Parts: sequence; C-alpha cells; structure tokens
Amino acid sequence: MAAWRAPRTGLNGLFAVYKAPGVASIWVRDTVETLLLKELNSLEQPAVQQQVRFLPTTVEGNAGKELTLTVTQLPVLAAHPLVRGPEFTHLKIGAGHRLDTKSSGVFVLGVGHGNKLLTDMYNAHLTRAYTVRGLFGKATDDFSDTGRLIEKTTFDHVTRDKLEQILAVIQGTNHKALLMYSNIDLKTQEAYELAVKGLIRPMEKTPPLITGIRCLQFAPPEFQLEIQCLHETQQYLRKIVHEIGLELKSTAVCTQVRRTRDGFFTLDNALLQMHWNLQNIRNSIKDSKIKVKVELQRSLGHQARCGKRHTDMDQVAESELHSTEGMSASDLTHKMREPHAD
Amino acid sequence: MAFWARQISIWCSSVKTSNVANSIQRLRKTHRTWMQLDELSVLSLLCTDNHFLQRGLKTYRPVSLGSRLQSTNSSNGQIVSSESNLLSPVNHYQQQAEVIPSSDTKTLYEVWEDTPPSSALEEISEEEAVQIVAEPPLPLGSFTLRDYVDRSETLSKLVLLGVDLSKVEKRPNAGQFLLRLDFEKDIRKRLLFLKDVGVEDNQLGPFLTQNPYILAVDIEALDTRVAYLKSKKFGKEAVARMVSRAPFLLSFSVERLDNRLGFFQKELGLSVQKTRDLVVRLPRLLTGSLEPIKENLQVFQAELGFRLNEIQHIVSKVPKILTANKRKLTKTFDYLHNVMGIPHHILTNFPEVFNSKLLRIKERHMFLTFLGRAQYDPAQPSYISLDKLVCMPDERFCTEVAKASVKDFEKFLKTL
Repeated sequence: MAAWRAPRTGLNGLFAVYKAPGVASIWVRDTVETLLLKELNSLEQPAVQQQVRFLPTTVEGNAGKELTLTVTQLPVLAAHPLVRGPEFTHLKIGAGHRLDTKSSGVFVLGVGHGNKLLTDMYNAHLTRAYTVRGLFGKATDDFSDTGRLIEKTTFDHVTRDKLEQILAVIQGTNHKALLMYSNIDLKTQEAYELAVKGLIRPMEKTPPLITGIRCLQFAPPEFQLEIQCLHETQQYLRKIVHEIGLELKSTAVCTQVRRTRDGFFTLDNALLQMHWNLQNIRNSIKDSKIKVKVELQRSLGHQARCGKRHTDMDQVAESELHSTEGMSASDLTHKMREPHAD
Repeated sequence: MAFWARQISIWCSSVKTSNVANSIQRLRKTHRTWMQLDELSVLSLLCTDNHFLQRGLKTYRPVSLGSRLQSTNSSNGQIVSSESNLLSPVNHYQQQAEVIPSSDTKTLYEVWEDTPPSSALEEISEEEAVQIVAEPPLPLGSFTLRDYVDRSETLSKLVLLGVDLSKVEKRPNAGQFLLRLDFEKDIRKRLLFLKDVGVEDNQLGPFLTQNPYILAVDIEALDTRVAYLKSKKFGKEAVARMVSRAPFLLSFSVERLDNRLGFFQKELGLSVQKTRDLVVRLPRLLTGSLEPIKENLQVFQAELGFRLNEIQHIVSKVPKILTANKRKLTKTFDYLHNVMGIPHHILTNFPEVFNSKLLRIKERHMFLTFLGRAQYDPAQPSYISLDKLVCMPDERFCTEVAKASVKDFEKFLKTL
C-alpha cells in the first residue's frame, strides 16, 4: 500500500500551466487530469496478491490412493488489474482564476491537498498582470477583433503622449477607488506603515480595480499595454481597451489578452502543453511549495490579526506589486517596475 | 446467514402450487441485479447448505451429492465448477417436487434430505473431512464480476487469456452472459475458429474485451460470413487484419456487410480493388455508423469545395478523415485555406493535415511567420511541405524546418 501512495505524495500542491488561446480552461484542466492519470496507471504495479489454498489431491498413501490436502499459493484473481480495473480513476484537480477561451497565459491549478491552497490564494486577493494588445480604427460588439463590426474610424490624430495621458487618468481614478475600497483611514500611522511595506489593497470582493497600467509599445494602429489589476475578468480588460479608444476620439478593439502573472506564479513557472507530464508537474509543485507557503502565511496571517485589513508583503511580493501611496499619477507610470520581459 | 434464511423463506412462500422451476424464476425477478445462479446452481447450493433447513448447523455436508471435487490440477488452481458437477441431484429433487403437491413447507424440507440431520460433533471419516469445503457462499447478485472470478472456471480462464473483465462488465448484459458460458463447450470452439481466421494469440484477449457478444454467435454463421468475405476476394491476411482490427465485423450479417461495401463503392465512386484496399486499411468503416460518413462527404463537397476525384484521393490516402468530427474539419480547413492561404490542390496532396490538431498547426504556422519562413508554395524557394509542418515531433520540426532551437519555440509559444 505504501508503495502505491508514493507517486501520489508528489501530487499535492499548486502549479501553473500556460493556457494557449482558443481552448477552454476546463479543457485544460481535464486534459491535465487525463494525462496524469494515464501516467500514474502505467507506473509499475505491485505483484498480484497471493492466497494460500488447500487443495485436495490424490496421493499414494499406505492403503492405495488417498485424498489429502496440499498447500499451494495461488494469485487472487479478484485483485488482478484486468478484473478490478485501473488503480487511479480520478484526481482532484482544481482550477484557480479562470481564463476565457480567447485569452491565454498563466493558469494556476491545484492538485490533491493543494485545492485548499487555492481557496487561500483567492482570499489573499493578490494582483494579476496582463499584456493587452489593441488595434485602433475599429469597434466591434464584443470589443475583440473577432466580433461583429460596428464602426470604423480614423486614428491619425492619436499619439503616444495622448495615450499615456489617458492611461494616467485611468490609473488615478482606479487608485482612488482602491483606497476607498481598502477601508483604511489614510491619516493613521498604521496606514503609513502598511504603505511603506507594500500595496494598500482591499481584502474583500470588489468591482474590478486597476492598480497599474502603462504602454509598452505604440505602433499605430497597434499598441500594447501592461495592466496590473485586481478582481478583473478578461472581458473587462477588453472593455477598457474599447474605452481608451473612445477617450482618444477614435475606436479600438482588443486583439490579445495574455496573463503574465497570477499572484506569485509567473511566466517562467508556467508549463507549456508539450511539458505536461508527471515529472515536470511534480518538480513544479516542489519548486513553488515554499513560496506559496510564505506568501499565504503573510497574507492571511496579517488578515487574521487585523480583521480583514491589508497585509504585509515581503521582498518577493514587493518586486511584483508596487507602492502607490503619495505619488502623482505621472510618476507612477515611470516608477512601475517591469515584472518580466516578453 | 440471515440473508440466506430470508431468501429461503421468500422462495418457499412462493412455492404454493407451482413447481420448482417457476419459483426460481419468481425469486430471480425480485432481484434487479444479476443472478449468478441459474436453476441448477440455486438448488444445489440450497441443498448443500443443509443447515439452513435444519436451523443452526454450519457444516457443509456433501454426502448427498456423492463424490465430487475431482482434483483439477490445471494451471488455474482450484476450480469449484459448481454448475457442472451438480446435475444429478437436481433431477432427483425435481422428481420429488412433482410427486408431492402439498404446500406444507415443513413437509417439503423433510422430503429433500437423504440423511437425517447431523450434529457438528459427529465423527466423520478422513476422506469426508478432506472433502469439506468451507468457502463463503457466493453472492446471489452483484454489480461486478470480481466476486465470481475466483470460483468460476470460465472467468478465470478468460482473465488468463487477457480479457479485461473490468471493461466487459460495463457493457450491457455482457457480465451475466459471460458467467453463464462454459469454457469447454462454448468458448473454446469460437477461440479456435478465430485463430483459424488469423487472429493472433495475444490479440484474442483485447478482441473479446471489445466484442464479448461474439461468443453468442453460431459457428455456422461465422463460417458463412468469412466465406462471404473470401468470395469478395479478400485475401487470408486481409481477412485476418480486418477481423482483428474491427472485432464487431463478424457479428454483422452477410446482408449488412454487403450493403456497407456497396455503400462505399457507390458513394465514393471507387473501383472494386480500391474499395477493398480502403476497407482493409480501415475496417471500422464497415462496423461504424454510416450517418456521420454521409455528412462528412456532404461537407467536403458542398462546404469545403473539393471535387470528387480530390475526395477519392484524400480518402484513399488517409481514410480516417471520413470518420472525423465535421466541426473540427471545417475549422481546420478554414484556417488552412483562409489564414494560411493554401489552395485546394496542395491540400489534396497532403491530407494528413486534416488529421492533426488545429492548435498545433496554428502554433507552428505562427512561429514560421514570426521567423519569416512561412512559405507553402512549391514554386517559391525555401518551400515547406505540409506534411513536414504537422507530422514531425517538436524537436525535429524546430531544427530542420524552422532552423531555430526548441527553447526559442517555447519562448515564442509563451507570447501567443
């Protein structure tokens, strides 16, 4: 029994996969489960259970042929793999923050006991980072380039400066909303200390909030933005692109939404589809174990102490999240650190 | 034991005026799960467990059944073939039931016993002691064959042959059907027949896992069908290949097989030899449903715009496309033709692209576009043929076709 549990013990924890565009995230979760089950079932099985049986046999005895019992050890066929079926038929794999079909990027999955950590990750309210590509000149009904066309406009008047101005305005309004939803009084010492250590952010369910937004590339009609946000959906990000287009007195559609970071799982940690197998996933779980534990302890530990307030961040978190207290909007766009290069 | 007592009381209460066989039927109907025991076995087990009738004794008295348990020292080990050995006492009891029409249960009990009730402290001879088998009774009904496999000779031999019982028991009525079979009488002949046709020894197990119902088909019918196939000029190896790859083939009647062969010849407009090659290559075309194939042909002609001779070429090269999902087929063709810009005649030459996953085609095409190597026109230099695009594994694709490293490919994939 212990030998069979050994492969299972490696499969308790969180890992990240890279979801390709055009497939549903449920399909990703199901495929990972099927691949893992296939590998687990093909691992070496222990020998079939034996049973001691007493069989009657005829033996040459004193008075001619006699009936006695002989001892033999025979396999118990009820425990044979062809009779009882495969050893593993189901794995508990849970999905973290889902991505819709058109978007791609880092997708966190939890397996076994790691599913509890998924709930903890949700309650820690960490931010996520996306790169969003947009196209000026079109407007569609679902804000993406595959929707029904509604309007076409010119975009010659759009420059990088105007775009960055709009982005700064967006960031400013979102920052105010962030502070409001965080429920802290900015004039207290406690607020200052928390702000020094890291981002002040709400620890309960709120409408989508953008904590940081900046322009990475600008080559009209195309442009690329980087957005750090909380409690968002991918459709919300596409709507933001549409609204940016409207603010610039033109129109825009979103061509690509790609998640580069989910909490503390980044593109480097995410496994591509060609690498979805038992060994890689086990290694990935092992690598992220310590990080996950430290992060969640800090986030939720502080939450418990302060009764649902913000949390301490350590070095790791600080490199991914940034402090915004007391800075002007234009400073923020330069101050925002690059999480990972494309 | 209480369970047994309850069963006996249900059974006995139903024996009012009818004879033994009918009451067994009624008892069987009260269970919705399978009954492993047919009439003979129920009677025999009831008789051997004399203690139920006598309130309290636990010893197995095989005396009434004469000598059995011949040592069957086969490779399976001990096999209690409870069905075959207990025929004689059953006839005896059935005669007795006809003689006595009374409904008094107590009288019935007393009549069946050959010997007076015995006590556990009675001394018995060594021979009898050795013959006592104290195994727990088999359940009357079960949802899995695991409970019966150790005691049933048929099932044990099937497992050793390689039949996957866990899959077979999921099929409708297959488990019950297998339990009632006798290996020597029914199964052996059909296995030898399959071996004559040409199915390999190691294929017999998977064959029976997929189609256990072939054990119910008459040998003459099987002979007729194989003769029909040979009359259509399929060679011996071709027939062997077809039968092993499509286990349900020999379960189809001759008219059905004839209709299907005719369908393929007519719809695809192929010559007799080509139809034969097609069917030998993918025999499950004959056993699968024909509706999806008709729809796929419609899709090819109307939506995708292929001409009949192009369809014939595609089908003879990659027959699996006939059974492909038509939605996926349309999406793949849409990407290949409209986004990658590949014309019909090149697609006809490389039909294996329709077989591969759309995601793979997309990723590789985008990588080649990024590198500036996406050239699918044979007339131009550095042309990349479609089979190289899809059929190669990733490492070979990266080094030979894209001329980049696998790491670059992975980095690119993470930017999609």
